Amino acid sequence: MLYLGPDKTDNTKQNNTSADWQQFYQQQAAIVKHPLLQQFYSKGMIAASTPISRVPLVAIDFETTGLSAADNGIVSIGLVPFNLQRIFSSHARQWLLKPRFALTDNSVTVHRITHSEVSNAPDLSTVLPDLLPLLAGKVAVVHYRQIERNFLAASVKVRLGESILFPVIDTLELEARLHRARPLSWWDKLCRRQQVSIRLDASRSRYQLPPYRPHHAVTDAIASAELLQAQLSHRYSPDTPVSELWC
Amino acid sequence: MEIEQIEILEFLKRHPPFQELPAEQLKQVALSIDIGYFKAGSEILRFNEPLHALHLIRSGAVETYRRNGDLYNRMSEGGFFGEQGLLRGAKVRFPATALEDTLIYFIPDETFQQLFDENEFFADYVQVGDSERRKTSKAGSQARADLLGATVSTLLSREPVTIGSDASVWQAAQLMTEQHVSSLLILDTEQHLAGIITDKDIRSRLVAPGLKSEIPVTDIMSANPVTIEQQQYIFEAMMLMLRHNLHHLPVLKRQQAVGVIAISDIIRFESQSSLYVVSRIFRQQTVDELQALVPDVHACFVRMVNEDANSQMIGSAMAAIGRSFKQRLLELAEAELGPPPVPYCFLALGSMARDEQLVLTDQDNALILDNRFDPKLHDDYFKQLANFVSDGLAACGYTYCTGKIMATNPQWRQPLQVWQQYFQNWISQPSAERLLHSSIFFDLDGVWGQIQWAEQLQQLVSNLAQKHPLFLASMTRNALSRTPPLGFFKDFVMEQDGKQNNILNIKRRGTAPFVDLIRIHALAIGSTESNSFSRLQQIIAAELLPKGRGEDLRDAFEVIAMTRIRHQAAALSNGEEPDNNVLPEQLSEFERKHLKEAFQVLSNAQKFLKFHFKA
Repeated sequence: MLYLGPDKTDNTKQNNTSADWQQFYQQQAAIVKHPLLQQFYSKGMIAASTPISRVPLVAIDFETTGLSAADNGIVSIGLVPFNLQRIFSSHARQWLLKPRFALTDNSVTVHRITHSEVSNAPDLSTVLPDLLPLLAGKVAVVHYRQIERNFLAASVKVRLGESILFPVIDTLELEARLHRARPLSWWDKLCRRQQVSIRLDASRSRYQLPPYRPHHAVTDAIASAELLQAQLSHRYSPDTPVSELWC
Repeated sequence: MEIEQIEILEFLKRHPPFQELPAEQLKQVALSIDIGYFKAGSEILRFNEPLHALHLIRSGAVETYRRNGDLYNRMSEGGFFGEQGLLRGAKVRFPATALEDTLIYFIPDETFQQLFDENEFFADYVQVGDSERRKTSKAGSQARADLLGATVSTLLSREPVTIGSDASVWQAAQLMTEQHVSSLLILDTEQHLAGIITDKDIRSRLVAPGLKSEIPVTDIMSANPVTIEQQQYIFEAMMLMLRHNLHHLPVLKRQQAVGVIAISDIIRFESQSSLYVVSRIFRQQTVDELQALVPDVHACFVRMVNEDANSQMIGSAMAAIGRSFKQRLLELAEAELGPPPVPYCFLALGSMARDEQLVLTDQDNALILDNRFDPKLHDDYFKQLANFVSDGLAACGYTYCTGKIMATNPQWRQPLQVWQQYFQNWISQPSAERLLHSSIFFDLDGVWGQIQWAEQLQQLVSNLAQKHPLFLASMTRNALSRTPPLGFFKDFVMEQDGKQNNILNIKRRGTAPFVDLIRIHALAIGSTESNSFSRLQQIIAAELLPKGRGEDLRDAFEVIAMTRIRHQAAALSNGEEPDNNVLPEQLSEFERKHLKEAFQVLSNAQKFLKFHFKA
């Protein structure tokens, strides 16, 4: 996935580490009207102080027809539950979807998902009753949060009339914290020093994780889950409160 | 929709034993796998903890340990661990630590057990420490050639033609003509086999000396002939015929003759058989002609390997060929130098004497002379004889012995009584040099002349050695100076102390220490056998080792010996000079795994030896 630079249009409620998602879920459970969303929020969220070793996680990856959620749709969703010790790939799920917007030839090449496969696929609305319970109560893990969070919010809004928002740990952001703490200095530029790549594959290779063929939703989800396990075991204590990681 | 674990599946397809599984089953395995990341240095498994999954290394490297903290194994991508624990009570037996940042695929116990029960190859590959698997591993596939897998009974096409021991040669010859056979069995009054005659016997023992055909057939028969049981393997028949230079071999079933197999029956199986090479050796008239047979010897070696012969078949076939070269050279030498002034016995030593010869071998030999030997009068003859044979052998690919263990060395060209004194001194007052001599000369075989002298020396060693614990202890200390490596890691040889080497000398680190170890046990029980497998059989029968250990040793020795043999056959096939240096990258995962286990057996046996002989 591309890193598009510092985010300017993040529509999340806030972007700092003091987020109290537990409280937010409680509020939403009372406000939302659609039963699917009510179920989702009433499952609750862990406290911000919970150590990461006790947090139920779910890695998700969307393959989309393009980068902007406003005029592109989701082609497939991959999902894998995990925690600090184990990635439950045996419980991974994947859906192929018919996007609201046409599949471009370019995205066909990228995802290797064809027009005919997509035309037989269901709409997201039929998948939501399966998908949302798998996300409920868990902290989502993605590599570059704008895609999954924005696409799901936009898509759910269209189908259910209300939007959805949940805490996310962004493995790309965790890499950026380490490698983009400061911009390149004039000296670095003079030396033709390159920015360290924080793309999924490049990040994984720094932790000796094997290269995977990209743009397959389940594989990308597993790849992010592995990356987070690696990041946490190298740089964070198991007792780190989740508030330091999510946003 | 149905989910596909593309990456997991592709990984499994690249690694044994998973790659051998049917596609549908492999897909299910891929779907059952969970994953975990372990930073370098972190603990993966702790001793005696409950174990729920087979651990397959997706990337990185892992070390496993014994309970006492000794390194047990080091593995990289594609390696797996935890199988022993799963097969024995679902508890961790060998704790594991990540050596590098490591990604592990967890195959749940349930999936593992199902594969283990349903798939024989998988079970064979995974099951560790079970001698059954080391056995199957040495061939890796079914013996293809009938010659190696079939029993003698399959060669029998007709009832044997027999005659009573009261018959005359004339009656015998008539019967042979009637029945169109080239050999005839002679039965005694109780219908037991008494002897055999052949066309050649009639020609050379009756016609040539000018005897009358009315004489009893028993006068010219070969009495008490070498025989074989009908359920024995054809290769065993072949070995017997090679060993005794026979053209006809009576076959018995419960002491009754049920047929005869002729050399032609076996040669029909394959024209490049060792029997064929041996028969050609005896037809050559000069050293140059003998030398021209060397490519045939190599072809025969490669062919046996390709046909999945075991190390015993190959070792004894090559020894038989080597012995035949010596015998023919001695015949040619005597023809040139005239008959010997006093009787002598030509000895083969080392691998040829043990029937464990390969293509790459030097000539270890010696001469036992009659006690009437007088150096001033006779040594000139024997010196020339020794030189003729030694040079001839060198021409035929058996290089000169760098340690000068050859009959050309006056020290090793001595009367029987001197040899007896040598052996007594070596055993009663062992020194470093004498121990070295013991390990070479105590594997001896008489190949020509007064071979009973060789047997006398063997008997002497067998009587003396077991009465000299100090000698056995010294031999043990010597034998323990060469240890096997721990196993393999990536493209390196792993040593016991964690060091890594690029090359494995399979002889120095494998077969040689094995042979040494077996020899000491054999000496301790007074065995007069030379072949390592025959020695092991006696050691097992003597119950010297804990139950099952002897069988483990036999299988492990076979694995190591075959690795060496295959390595040399591959070199010959590629037109390269064969050697003993195995590069780890030339070994398959399968071979590495079995070699590692075989080294483990050797290492444990060395510890037992050290303890047992108080070295």
